[in-house]
Amino acid sequence: MKTGEFLFLLFEDVPILISDIFYDWRRQTERRTGRELAAGPSERARGTPQLLPSAPCASSRSPAAPPHVRVRRVPERPWPGSRASAGLDYSRLDAELRLGFEEPYRGEVGRRQQKEVKWEEIRPHGGRRRWPVRGRRRRLGRAPQRRELRASAGERLAGPGEAPPRAQHRPPRAPPAPPGLAAGPCPAGGAPAPALAASSSAAAPFPHGDSALNEQEKELQRRLKRLYPAVDEQETPLPRSWSPKDKFSYIGLSQNNLRVHYKGHGKTPKDAASVRATHPIPAACGIYYFEVKIVSKGRDGYMGIGLSAQGVNMNRLPGWDKHSYGYHGDDGHSFCSSGTGQPYGPTFTTGDVIGCCVNLINNTCFYTKNGHSLGIAFTDLPPNLYPTVGLQTPGEVVDANFGQHPFVFDIEDYMREWRTKIQAQIDRFPIGDREGEWQTMIQKMVSSYLVHHGYCATAEAFARSTDQTVLEELASIKNRQRIQKLVLAGRMGEAIETTQQLYPSLLERNPNLLFTLKVRQFIEMVNGTDSEVRCLGGRSPKSQDSYPVSPRPFSSPSMSPSHGMNIHNLAPGKGSTAHYSGFESCSNGVISNKAHQSYCHSKHQSSNLNVPELNSINMSRSQQVNNFTSNDVDMETDHYSNGVGETSSNGFLNGSSKHDHEMEDCDTEMGLQLDAFSLLAYSDPWNSPVGNQLDPIQREPVCSALNSAILETHNLPKQPPLALAMGQATQCLGLMARSGIGSCAFATVEDYLH
Amino acid sequence: LACFLTHIRSSEVTASSRHYVDRLFDPDPQKVLQGVIDMKNAVIGNNKQKANLIVLGAVPRLLYLLQQESSSTELKTECAVVLGSLAMGTENNVKSLLDCHIIPALLQGLLSPDLKFIEACLRCLRTVFTSPVTPEELLYTDATVIPHLMALLSRSRYTQEYICQIFSHCCKGPDHQTILFNHGAVQNIAHLLTSLSYKVRMQALKCFSVLAFENPQVSMTLVNVLVDGELLPQIFVKMLQRDKPIEMQLTSAKCLTYMCRAGAIRTDDNCIVLKTLPCLVRMCSKERLLEERVEGAETLAYLIEPDVELQRIASITDHLIAMLADYFKYPSSVSAITDIKRLDHDLKHAHELRQAAFKLYASLGANDEDIRKKIIETENMMDRIVTGLSESSVKVRLAAVRCLHSLSRSVQQLRTSFQDHAVWKPLMKVLQNAPDEILVVASSMLCNLLLEFSPSKEPILESGAVELLCGLTQSENPALRVNGIWALMNMAFQAEQKIKADILRSLSTEQLFRLLSDSDLNVLMKTLGLLRNLLSTRPHIDKIMSTHGKQIMQAVTLILEGEHNIEVKEQTLCILANIADGTTAKELIMTNDDILQKIKYYMGHSHVKLQLAAMFCISNLIWNEEEGSQERQDKLRDMGIVDILHKLSQSPDSNLCDKAKTALQQYLA
Repeated sequence: MKTGEFLFLLFEDVPILISDIFYDWRRQTERRTGRELAAGPSERARGTPQLLPSAPCASSRSPAAPPHVRVRRVPERPWPGSRASAGLDYSRLDAELRLGFEEPYRGEVGRRQQKEVKWEEIRPHGGRRRWPVRGRRRRLGRAPQRRELRASAGERLAGPGEAPPRAQHRPPRAPPAPPGLAAGPCPAGGAPAPALAASSSAAAPFPHGDSALNEQEKELQRRLKRLYPAVDEQETPLPRSWSPKDKFSYIGLSQNNLRVHYKGHGKTPKDAASVRATHPIPAACGIYYFEVKIVSKGRDGYMGIGLSAQGVNMNRLPGWDKHSYGYHGDDGHSFCSSGTGQPYGPTFTTGDVIGCCVNLINNTCFYTKNGHSLGIAFTDLPPNLYPTVGLQTPGEVVDANFGQHPFVFDIEDYMREWRTKIQAQIDRFPIGDREGEWQTMIQKMVSSYLVHHGYCATAEAFARSTDQTVLEELASIKNRQRIQKLVLAGRMGEAIETTQQLYPSLLERNPNLLFTLKVRQFIEMVNGTDSEVRCLGGRSPKSQDSYPVSPRPFSSPSMSPSHGMNIHNLAPGKGSTAHYSGFESCSNGVISNKAHQSYCHSKHQSSNLNVPELNSINMSRSQQVNNFTSNDVDMETDHYSNGVGETSSNGFLNGSSKHDHEMEDCDTEMGLQLDAFSLLAYSDPWNSPVGNQLDPIQREPVCSALNSAILETHNLPKQPPLALAMGQATQCLGLMARSGIGSCAFATVEDYLH
Repeated sequence: LACFLTHIRSSEVTASSRHYVDRLFDPDPQKVLQGVIDMKNAVIGNNKQKANLIVLGAVPRLLYLLQQESSSTELKTECAVVLGSLAMGTENNVKSLLDCHIIPALLQGLLSPDLKFIEACLRCLRTVFTSPVTPEELLYTDATVIPHLMALLSRSRYTQEYICQIFSHCCKGPDHQTILFNHGAVQNIAHLLTSLSYKVRMQALKCFSVLAFENPQVSMTLVNVLVDGELLPQIFVKMLQRDKPIEMQLTSAKCLTYMCRAGAIRTDDNCIVLKTLPCLVRMCSKERLLEERVEGAETLAYLIEPDVELQRIASITDHLIAMLADYFKYPSSVSAITDIKRLDHDLKHAHELRQAAFKLYASLGANDEDIRKKIIETENMMDRIVTGLSESSVKVRLAAVRCLHSLSRSVQQLRTSFQDHAVWKPLMKVLQNAPDEILVVASSMLCNLLLEFSPSKEPILESGAVELLCGLTQSENPALRVNGIWALMNMAFQAEQKIKADILRSLSTEQLFRLLSDSDLNVLMKTLGLLRNLLSTRPHIDKIMSTHGKQIMQAVTLILEGEHNIEVKEQTLCILANIADGTTAKELIMTNDDILQKIKYYMGHSHVKLQLAAMFCISNLIWNEEEGSQERQDKLRDMGIVDILHKLSQSPDSNLCDKAKTALQQYLA
């Protein structure tokens, strides 16, 4: 997801529909969608939105509605706001929350949505449907009401800002999505797995739903995910079939491009023909394996199975040319970029299953025959090889298995061996020479971590028992702890006030942070946590002024972070005795998020002080979403790779990336606000598509942003070294994957976090 | 002066050691305890100190304290710990301990109720029993010991570890296996395979490997044992996984191999073909330690020995044949220069590696011609084998001969590689004064080399093979007798008169008769075969019958009268037929009415093969063109042979029918 590439993509002149913007909003709904899947049909119905009476529904149906935004390569300037033709009357809201707005929303977030599974669409008649995601983006246009809502909000909000009007409006009927989008990087790794699983479990709403995936594909998906968990398929897709484009004309493909047959004359070696798989083997596989079953040896059985780089002549058998490697059935020889083979293994013929395993750690390759390893065939393999087969005489037919079926050879056992090897290497890595140095360092990391998050009692006890000094004063830690507790309790007003008391100039210097806090406050008001009025409809005109009023714990919903995955059907005001204990665990949960989100901003602190906080929120938000979309297996992977992925790219683009953040920030701000306002559109905000904002877990990023800002004013690091180290390790693994170092497959940070 | 100083030093040491021993005799039990504890701390890791204490007589005193009723448990435990520590030293230490009858004392200690003391005793017993100088029989002398040990298995993970280790070291041969099996070893140890402690799992696994070795009873039981809802073979397969420690992979592969060889698991079972075999091949790879490579190759050789399909799979797996060639590269030239320690290590294992490789090659090439070809084509393979034949180590020589024997089953190789490398030369050398085990394999290989198409036949004969083989026929070992007579039989096949005479002379008729009454059927068959081969082509028949006719006829009569199976009788009748083919030899039959009656009898025998053989005899006797055929025909007609021939010409067996008709034609002509 690697914001780096992501941003890079943005710079290309790609038209982006405003409807893409809705992805951001949709993303918010993802979680809820996930929940609804589990819930019964009656539950789904409950979520039906009710538009505010004041919403001009008619205009929402107007054909002129959604303008397009065209993103251009002009990063120096903030993007002008887009003015929609119609919208809701948000003037009142605007008055309530005087929001400092600099830049309007930009369609960028939509790109991250590729991985999105499906969403609930709000149709003009108010009914909802589930839509499969793949290739269905344009259908978002069928949600005019929501779109209007968003667009108009954008307009209203953009009004008071300094930004010039947004340029480049487009007619509503969108051209097809730019091709680059489909393959573009997404913020979260390994997304398709849950996507496919989820979409196939839902009733297909369209007769020609292209996401109607059969069992085989699901099994393939599962197997690939299990075999190559470290591969980010958004960045480096795995081979799944033979490429109909990358083949010689004498090759015919059938059975979902898995069966290869020869259709040439087969008279001389000049009639040889090959086909490559759709994608090269990603280095992050660590160990890659595929099998080919010889369905028929044809006339002479001149079949070659192997690997080749992109661009190698396809009018040849694998192994004959440079960067091409093959094992041939007629003589059992291996061909290593040469016309003459070396004796390698047995011959193979009809009925045999030949496997090819690429070890991307030591860059070797071995073959298997009917499940028996034949020994190393090639060494010093170059990167980015494609699985390849070549045939030469009529009647030759082979079937590939890229994971569609169980392999004959026990590749997982081989992988286990290498995982153990790599992990032993890590475990045995020599650490500091001097005695005690290592231990002291670890203790410092632990201590700084405790201090950072304000666990002052633990930190104190730890420091005492390990003879360490805590840099920050105890009082200061306690202050921070107090503020964090308030934020996590949803008592935003109090939190803001306390912050202002204790750190008088902090929020003034950080208007974006203040904004974030206030948006959160607004959400908490809707939630009933931070206002006298329990505002179901989102109308709480006085709440803004009344934030010093202490929240009424008994009127807040009894949510605890541990219930984050469930729908909060409980009506607010059910009492919250468990509130505080909940927060304790909540603050524990914060840690991982906070840790690497804040890390990424270390590079541009001075240039734009208020950027990082919002940025981090943005990220964490997407992270949250990812957590909920992914299935449980991926969850952790996504979680970390996502957070740190962004981190890393920020690091890379250090300096030049400043503007991107500005843009992103304004998106974020606007997005935040819009999302917050959207709550008002529902009679039951908790069960609305944007209801996840009300989840206490959403307080965590806000809390961490505030904590980091306070620490910064004390000239203390914004994030603990522990998180830094973790982020660095994660980033390093990503870098290894990109640099073709296969051992990254067997070393994940999560393995060491438990 | 230096000498003086060392003397002083050693006497100092002895003096300090004496102090430790003296304290064991203190009247105050508390002081004795303290003395034992101090002794324990003094001997740990100090072989010199251990030897000193033993010399000074600490062992009997410690054993006395250990067995004394009045000693506190704590003191007893400490004594056992010190004894265990002493046993950890050199083999001489263990011998001294054994001389003091430590084992009964410690076994007695196991009856104590105190777990700590039991564990200390077991630890010491384990150390003593794992020493090569300890006779394992000591564990079985008292019949109550094994059941008690079985009972102790449940006490703690230490008792489990030590007891399993003792069992796996003391289970040698089927008797021990049966004793342990009958005391419920399988059930008691099976659940330890899922123990949390790696050491316990490992020792339990080792136990099973020794229990299952060549033991169908144990093996058949093992396949059906369930542990935590899983069958034992499944658990072994899990232990074969590549992320498990090598030791565990290797030992579980051994278990599965032994179970397979004992017939409890089919050789085409996936757990053998796809798990055990690849695992064992991996154990042969360069990355493994030398010891592991030796064990891996030997186990694999054992696994694939009887099954050609497994041999084929192994031969293509991970370039095994080429991988084995590396076994001959120790000590490598590099190790000799750079690292003395490594050189020493390599030298120690060099023999083991070579013999393991030869064994595995022998198994690989046992049946498949293509594999043999692949082996011989491996770099310098024949040279290595030939060198191996003259190595000092008996093990290597034996393995090399086995390997060569395997390869000698190929006609093509016999004619080419074997000739090119003059394999017969070192082979003949091996056969001189070699131990029986080598002789058995070498002589059976000689059989192959003496086949009539083998170019080695001549030189082997010239180097005195006849004497040697005749010597073998007098061996006590039936396998050697068979091989000797077999080789002679091969040698006599289509041989010159001189060779045949040589054979008869060297063998002597007495020996021939002895062999004809040999208890081993194979020997008898091959001896008859030899006779048949000797009695072929007319001049040879007449020559031999003129000198040995009487004895041979006696022998034939003896066998035809004796209780023998069809094959033997058939072979004998064939000899008669050969004799009947001679010119002068015919008379020996014609004048012997007894024999003629027997031939007549067998013509009417119910078994076609015998009828046919008798028929050959008759037809040789009545053959027209030969001198005196008329008299013979008349004599036989008088005996009623013609009637039988008429009957036989109606026989349903076409072969017999044809023969009978041809014979009748002789009469008509």
